[in-house]
Amino acid sequence: MSKLFESASQTAGPYVHIGCVPNFCGISDVYPNDLGERMVTDAAPGERISITGAVFDGTGAPLKDVLVEIWQANSDGHYGNDASGFTGWGRQAGHGETGTWQFDTIKPGPVAHASGHLMAPHITFWIVARGINIGLHTRMYFPEDAAAHADDPVLARIEDKSRIATLLASRADDGMYHFNIHLQGPQETVFFDV
Amino acid sequence: MTDTKGGYMARDWTRQPPALTPRYKTSLTRSPRLAKISLPSTLSEETGPVFDQNMLGPLDNDLITNFAAPGEMALGPRIIVHGHVLDETGRGVPNALIEVWQANAGGRYRHKNEGYLAPLDPHFGGCGRVMTDEQGHYSFRTVKPGPYPWPNGVNDWRPAHIHFSVFGQSFAQRLITQMYFEGDPLIWRCPIVAAIPDRDATERLIAPLDMQHTIPMDAQAYRFDIVLRGRRASYFENRPEGM
Ligand SMILES: [Fe+2]
Repeated sequence: MSKLFESASQTAGPYVHIGCVPNFCGISDVYPNDLGERMVTDAAPGERISITGAVFDGTGAPLKDVLVEIWQANSDGHYGNDASGFTGWGRQAGHGETGTWQFDTIKPGPVAHASGHLMAPHITFWIVARGINIGLHTRMYFPEDAAAHADDPVLARIEDKSRIATLLASRADDGMYHFNIHLQGPQETVFFDV
Repeated sequence: MTDTKGGYMARDWTRQPPALTPRYKTSLTRSPRLAKISLPSTLSEETGPVFDQNMLGPLDNDLITNFAAPGEMALGPRIIVHGHVLDETGRGVPNALIEVWQANAGGRYRHKNEGYLAPLDPHFGGCGRVMTDEQGHYSFRTVKPGPYPWPNGVNDWRPAHIHFSVFGQSFAQRLITQMYFEGDPLIWRCPIVAAIPDRDATERLIAPLDMQHTIPMDAQAYRFDIVLRGRRASYFENRPEGM
């Protein structure tokens, strides 16, 4: 079998909104809505959750032009469109002034893994922006699942255990999960070479 | 899951841009500095969103008219961009969603953060999308974008380009890249292009003029093939029964 080479990545640049979330940036007559803006239907089973955060650069400033995509299992731990209409995929742009984004979704169930262990409930994040040459993969885990984290085969790959905290959301008084991503610095988020 | 395919082949980092490329100044503060954690693909990366051809509007793949007032068309050299989306094993990727965005023929984007003095085209929005067919082929119609200056060095110009976002069959295949045009002298002067460490990998982002698919008296054609990551063809994967 002939081996081809994956096309080289190039930055999404500052105008990624035009192509991926045109309604968000004021181009409202081309597509009826922005793909990924709504993940949950009323029929979808599972606990409704909201996740908010921002992506920070090495100076501590939020990326105002970031585009964040998430991919997750449904409440049963299964991926893909299910009968309820839950897609598992969301896409949001950072707010133009603050850089914050928010996903309204459901809490995923644990997911099967080839090792035979279950992966603790988690959400895959993919981050692109101006200045990012190739999309960054990371994961968000939930603070209430500490026991499952101890048995998670992906978290087990992180040798410096103190860095696992960078993948944990916190739950605030507003009921939302807060998950900030740091591209550099002492709190640099764990990114994966998938 | 009745998935008997193996995991994704490791990414070839000799052909992909590193995070830190100082000539592209914004990468200095936006590049992770610690080693990435190697993660053999799991179900979470081997699956991905599925899109339906039915969600596409009839003008989604025609940037010349999809923003224009009725009866109007965007200004600029009319082009067809087409190609084949394959994976690294050479198989066509069907139902891949491709989203594109670009500047107008004068090099100006329709975006509030855009500062270039070139004018907007009232009949050009700059976005389009298309899905590949059963064999992995796609095409869309647009105008050739103009090159534009950008604040990096004091006199840096982007070569003419179209941005591509591609969804294959899994999140591991997710790709954003840019297509350049054959013969553009700005390509080899561009710090963003230069982020790619391999000459051959760069050349594969440069679409050649394709006279065979040019429509006489109407539109030139450029061919741009895209390769997404591929999976190992492993029938003896180390997986317990039933996974
Ligand atoms: Fe651009």
